Amino acid sequence: MEASAPANPNPPAAAGASARTRSERKLAWMLCAPAVLAMLAVTAYPIGYAIVLSLQQVDLRFPDEGGFVGLDNYVSVLSSQLWWTDFFNTVFILVTTVAIELVLGMAIALVMHRAIFGRGVVRTSVLIPYGIITVVAAFAWQFAFAPESGFVNNLPLISDEMDWFGGRFSSFAVIIMAEVWKTTPFMALLLLAGLVTIDSGLYEAAKVDGASAWQRFTRITLPLMKPAILVALLFRSLDAFRVFDTIFIMTRGAQDTESVSILGFNQLISRLNLGLGSAVSVLIFLCVFLIAFLFVRGFGARLEEGRPGG
Amino acid sequence: MTTCRATRALACLAAVAGAVTALAACGGSSEGSGPRELTFFVAIQPGGTIEEVSKRCSKESGGRYEITPEFLPTDATQQREQLVRRLGAEDPSIDIVGMDVIWTGEFANAGWVEEWKGPLKQQVTEQVFPNVIETASFEGGLYAAPFNTNTQLLWYRKDLVKQPPQTWDEMIEAAEKLKEAGTIQVQASRYEGFMVWANALIESAGTEILSGPEAVDLEQAPTEKALAVIGRLANSSAAPPSLSTSDEDTARLGFEGGESAFMTNYTFAYASAQTEAPDIGKEMGFARFPEVVAGTPSKPPLGGFNLAVSAFSEHKDVAFDAAACLAGKESQLTAVELDGLPPSRSDLYTDKVVTEAYPGFAPLVKESIEESGPRPTTPAYQDVSLAVQRSLHPPDKIDAEDTESIYDELKSNLEDAVKREGLL
Repeated sequence: MEASAPANPNPPAAAGASARTRSERKLAWMLCAPAVLAMLAVTAYPIGYAIVLSLQQVDLRFPDEGGFVGLDNYVSVLSSQLWWTDFFNTVFILVTTVAIELVLGMAIALVMHRAIFGRGVVRTSVLIPYGIITVVAAFAWQFAFAPESGFVNNLPLISDEMDWFGGRFSSFAVIIMAEVWKTTPFMALLLLAGLVTIDSGLYEAAKVDGASAWQRFTRITLPLMKPAILVALLFRSLDAFRVFDTIFIMTRGAQDTESVSILGFNQLISRLNLGLGSAVSVLIFLCVFLIAFLFVRGFGARLEEGRPGG
Repeated sequence: MTTCRATRALACLAAVAGAVTALAACGGSSEGSGPRELTFFVAIQPGGTIEEVSKRCSKESGGRYEITPEFLPTDATQQREQLVRRLGAEDPSIDIVGMDVIWTGEFANAGWVEEWKGPLKQQVTEQVFPNVIETASFEGGLYAAPFNTNTQLLWYRKDLVKQPPQTWDEMIEAAEKLKEAGTIQVQASRYEGFMVWANALIESAGTEILSGPEAVDLEQAPTEKALAVIGRLANSSAAPPSLSTSDEDTARLGFEGGESAFMTNYTFAYASAQTEAPDIGKEMGFARFPEVVAGTPSKPPLGGFNLAVSAFSEHKDVAFDAAACLAGKESQLTAVELDGLPPSRSDLYTDKVVTEAYPGFAPLVKESIEESGPRPTTPAYQDVSLAVQRSLHPPDKIDAEDTESIYDELKSNLEDAVKREGLL
């Protein structure tokens, strides 16, 4: 890829490309080939296979049945109320967790950036939740909120009999809290990376001009960090849309807290209905693809705005 | 032969009695020398039953086979998920499968487990409750050897309740009137245990969920009566605060903690209360699972494990013998002794081991099993169970006064489920 970059500024010259350029390009392709083949084997093949399965009636429990059914599986999924309920649950979790994480992550990034004492210790300790396996963290929080064994109900202002996983919104609250606790450090780290690239001279100049701390944050920090913020939002949104572990451990989808990934799991692993399950998986893939596409387009456009003096 | 000598010289030396046996030994299996290795995939039992019976049967085989248990989680849904992933992929490393009573239709239909025939079939069904044999059968064939069975009783506090209630309505009223411990413990989290409860209520009301593998029965009037019981309990003060997330263990803990005067639960609850909460344990009374319709005998839940031989096993002949031993009379007594699991053979209920494990209530356990209402047998069981769980959970959404809409929802979801259509 990089080898072809120098040739691009003068497209007309490409027609008369020298033998050297051509052989370099060939070498580039050959060097890329193993990676491309590996990617095809581990991503393109499974995705392609899932698409093929989603167009068939396949149920592992009924090995003799089967056959091509066209888009029937997609029709069953998209006409099912369950898919839409789960889709909105997922979007709700995505929007709330990513929004909370952005605010908290930004605050933590600023603290990590400014930390004078024990910078290394601060940065490492902030990252600990992200290093804990999601399933383990989900169990820990589930036990913490369980009415019989948890400490949460012993806290002041909380009823001892509160059954957190017995209602829809209290379940969502715990799930979102656990997700936020777990992935805020990741957000903070990405934002910190954006923060350190800002020239401290800009702040000094602004101070001289009499800008308040808030003005410096909104006029300098935020605009210059836009690319970093968008990257962080993109990564977290892609992750959050596929939320599975926390919900699976805490409610297994009960109280209408099911996400689309749990729905796919139920069709594929519980019912062994590979056709329907693959259709759900392909739809999740398309949603993730769409999120990435929208972000990348937005990102490409705003990258220019974010440039100093742009 | 050369590679064989180079890599596995010792194993080969032992086996080289002739060229033929030597070649077999190089193939990687242990045929021809030493006991056959059999792998037994089964749910873990905390008392150590599985280890004990595997060891005994291996020893009794006189060197024919050696059983290695592989433990599955305690949760039935997770056990099945692990098993079906392996069986669906035709994994030859499973020889004997500890099959929950509800998986028979699915496993047999998919061709994952072998049918039992001839004298061994005779042997493993001898004296076994007909209800239990039914759970190991599919389309007239027997696919597993019944091992332990299980049923639920009504447990109550003798110090708070003089006479155990006959019906669910009576029990809810009695609990509401109590000043302390006025709740009823059941299993109503969204999992298989909720299906167990719902099925027992529907059966007790006088109808059944399915009349055949693909036929929904669910007669309207009795079904609505059963649903009303769920709704009434869930919306009354007799419901524990965490009803919609309760399972066998939270129920036991609630009862042992003195929060509830009533509980429907499996037989393990008795032994547990005796050791965990002796004060409550000594006041623990027992009665048959309550009725839904006064005067119509209840149909208590039926659980348990049957042992099947995997269709992908490389040692099916010995695996059948091993499964028969693992499920045999002696093993069943070990299961009662170590884990309190009720035997599937009806003749064992007068045995001292059983009467000691179930002091005073061995005959009640026997009666409960004989008159139980098993969950439906169908290859699409998972779909059926998911449909019931989805339609009726959380239980407090059921309005006891108006059960028609929830009945319609349940019925239409079940009709999709048996046809394996739609999302669940």
